[in-house]
Amino acid sequence: MTLLHVRDLTIEDRAGAALVDGVSLSMRAGEILGLVGESGSGKTITCRALMRLLPGQGLAIRGGEIRFDGADVLAYSEAQMRAVRGRHIGMIFQNPASHMNPVMTVGRQIAEGRRLHFGASRREARGHAVELLRQVGIPDPARRVDHYPHEFSGGMLQRAMIAVALACEPRLLIADEPTTALDVTVQMQILRLLQDLRDRLGLAVIFITHDLGVVAQTCDRIAVMYAGRLCESGGKRDVLAAPLHPYTQGLIDCQPSSEGGVGPMPTILGQPPVASRFPAGCRFHPRCGHATAQCEAGQPSMRMAAGADGHSVACHHAADRPRAVTRPDRDAIASA
Amino acid sequence: MSAATGIARVGRRALPRGSTLSVGIAILAGWLLLALLCPWIAPYDPIAQDADATLLPPHAAHLFGTDNFGRDLLSRVLWGARVDLQMCVVGVAFPFVFGTVIGAVSGYVGGVLDTLLMRLIDIVLAFPFLVLMLAIITILGPGLGSFYIAMALVGWVSYARLVRAQVLTLKQRGFVVAARSLGYRRGRILFLHLLPNALTSSIVFAMSDCVLVLLSGASVSYLGLGVQPPTAEWGVMVAEGQGFITTAWWITTFPGFAIVVLATGFSFVADGLGDRLGARP
Repeated sequence: MTLLHVRDLTIEDRAGAALVDGVSLSMRAGEILGLVGESGSGKTITCRALMRLLPGQGLAIRGGEIRFDGADVLAYSEAQMRAVRGRHIGMIFQNPASHMNPVMTVGRQIAEGRRLHFGASRREARGHAVELLRQVGIPDPARRVDHYPHEFSGGMLQRAMIAVALACEPRLLIADEPTTALDVTVQMQILRLLQDLRDRLGLAVIFITHDLGVVAQTCDRIAVMYAGRLCESGGKRDVLAAPLHPYTQGLIDCQPSSEGGVGPMPTILGQPPVASRFPAGCRFHPRCGHATAQCEAGQPSMRMAAGADGHSVACHHAADRPRAVTRPDRDAIASA
Repeated sequence: MSAATGIARVGRRALPRGSTLSVGIAILAGWLLLALLCPWIAPYDPIAQDADATLLPPHAAHLFGTDNFGRDLLSRVLWGARVDLQMCVVGVAFPFVFGTVIGAVSGYVGGVLDTLLMRLIDIVLAFPFLVLMLAIITILGPGLGSFYIAMALVGWVSYARLVRAQVLTLKQRGFVVAARSLGYRRGRILFLHLLPNALTSSIVFAMSDCVLVLLSGASVSYLGLGVQPPTAEWGVMVAEGQGFITTAWWITTFPGFAIVVLATGFSFVADGLGDRLGARP
């Protein structure tokens, strides 16, 4: 059953530049979607729009539709929206140290949502907080529940923040680069934890990241964004093993190979465009090796790729270009 | 104020590191104890006059001497502690509460409300502090009640500015976004999440503000607009002794000394708290 359905979401800033342009996503319960793209590609704004918490001033949703559990979220009043935030859609952030309240105990921060959305008593909520800390793998939770954030390590605090987000049993968890600030071993533990929660609670997770390795390990499906537009989406294996969009191919080629290598790292030439000067036509065409006059003239729409289930791409030349050259470690990524 | 903060600065250098807070608390606790116990420890009635014992210098029967009405100065200084401590607490509490709430709302809500409140603060600040206080007290009529009202009307601006600045930076912080993503109301976020983070510097400021309030209270009483005679209050006592300064130095010296010691205590606490909490007033 579809839990979240986003259609043609468009978000503009005050100057009218479309920071997010016609993005469509669809998620089922228990699914992990990797939302991939460079900084400034609109990943975070897209996800904040799902909660109607757009960052900064002057950003506004100009078009499209967001349906959560069948209901039109954009038509909700602010009070209705508050009942959704935290309760049905939870969010965790990149830097747990700045996203936890420094002068409130971790236990109280976990308990607060429970008390607010469920009307739990102080005792119940506290007991629940201890249980949640145990579930996210904090040792000695009965003692830790009374500690302040500065008494936790980075990895522990990220777990605690996940516990805060899970306190009201949301069905969708938005994870905005939750492992970027952590070292790789801790990162691994957090990814396992998210997968474990998905398996046990049937949680749907949107995983925002720019790390394809993380996506390959964790996600079921991938959506790639570039300059505010979706360029490719589909199952993890389809997208990583046979990318159809030149940008996706470029991203994959930029991953360091696990077997080492000789010579400079491959890169995508050029810089992503700034929002006020998005190029006409396909927004990737100035950096694309396959660009033609058609790419400059008109923007490509998302089209289903032949053969693969649910794999779609926004490129004029996806069909007539041979499927990507396979590098040995790409298969390794895809089968991870 | 400059005398007391000057002493605090000297104290910082002379006292071992980190002990200013304990010394300050000890001074305040000492005065509080004396104020509470004064019915039992004060040797005489503070307002009882004795025509046979006027203007006596300090000696065994009257340790601080007597004034021109023959009242025992030690008893008056001890009873005065009650009035002056109360003045500090009440005189700071109202501006602290009003200023904090106004500053927090102003910074968090922003927009037109913020602009209006900030202009109001500019207007209050455009008048010299003491002049505005005196004007308000004169309109309301002399007395401690008027002093507290004047203090609340004038003193809140410093707290409002301080808290507003804190809230402005804090509201950009991640935990505010996180709190919104949990579906909390804005009021809840402001008062339960932001304000506890913003209070540190205004608590430190409140401690040093106690010094200012104490001295303004004493000044106002000195000018005859605050505590009315014959009630024992240090500022009033200094004013009363002024006429005898060349012949009976003890009348002004002991209450003046009491003011300095209490102010120094508050100053030490402000200083020590500032160090401990990482905020400087």
